[in-house]
Amino acid sequence: MLEVKYEKSKGLTDTKLSYCPGCAHGIVHKLVAEALVELDILDRAIAIASVGCSVFSYQFFNCDAQQAPHGRACALATGAKRVLPDNIIFTYQGDGDLASIGIAETIHAANRGENITVIFINNAIYGMTGGQMAPTSLIGQKTTTSQDGRNQPNHGNPIKISEMFATIEGVAYLERVSVYDPKHVLNAKKAIKKAFQYQKENRGFTMIEVVSTCPVNWGMTPVDAMKWAKSDMEPVFPLGIFKDKGAE
Amino acid sequence: MPKGKVTFNEELCKGCGLCVEYCPTHILYQDIKTLNKAGYNIIKVSEPDKCIGCAFCAIMCPDSVIKVEVNK
Repeated sequence: MLEVKYEKSKGLTDTKLSYCPGCAHGIVHKLVAEALVELDILDRAIAIASVGCSVFSYQFFNCDAQQAPHGRACALATGAKRVLPDNIIFTYQGDGDLASIGIAETIHAANRGENITVIFINNAIYGMTGGQMAPTSLIGQKTTTSQDGRNQPNHGNPIKISEMFATIEGVAYLERVSVYDPKHVLNAKKAIKKAFQYQKENRGFTMIEVVSTCPVNWGMTPVDAMKWAKSDMEPVFPLGIFKDKGAE
Repeated sequence: MPKGKVTFNEELCKGCGLCVEYCPTHILYQDIKTLNKAGYNIIKVSEPDKCIGCAFCAIMCPDSVIKVEVNK
């Protein structure tokens, strides 16, 4: 007898994803949706979409959603959580949104210990606008605005968001994960689930940084992009749990 | 009887090939002769009998087009 082992999560709508072929956004969308379904919180979850490639994520998550101005997802999530404390509020932001224009909102939301979950997609580039250098771009990485590669004297070093946020008192759970092979995808799901569990228990600000890919703007095939995430991004952005108040 | 069975929602497939890469038994391939409505080359199973139902293909699929069933 055949038994279904894996199928499209009920936490996702039937809308076709707007992402490029092989973009890891789709994988993270699945993980978030699966975590919400497995924790039985899909009906009271509210997604806060950001600006960037994930701008249409409100069409893809099968829950209530609101679209925030560029970088302001955490500010909007703060308001939503304070008005609707029983709902599960999460933001879904890329590195151009969170690490650049939205870093102030995000830091202060974390510092206040707002009881929200942030899903932070770090693919080291601006995707939607055409592959410009992001704060998280690697040294030597060629983008449309750093055509000879990013260099430290002119552009600074890549911002390490998780390391920075680990110093903030209000953060309850912070982990950096990746999705470049099935093992890491399953690990990422565990982390996302734990973050939502913490929010359910009102423990404070939770953030999951996902080291992701952008095959088109990196100029690679989807498979090569996954390999590059492992070989080049992981040494700069080491994976692991940076803060876990539950374990202390 | 094969341990597992994979089916593709071909119209949503973008032919990225991640499933082909991560299949441990190497039974998936990109059919360069078949396009879906969006114009992508879809993925097919070359040897369905060899499927072990691990669901690695479905786990890596960004567009959730793969359904995996296992024999119990």
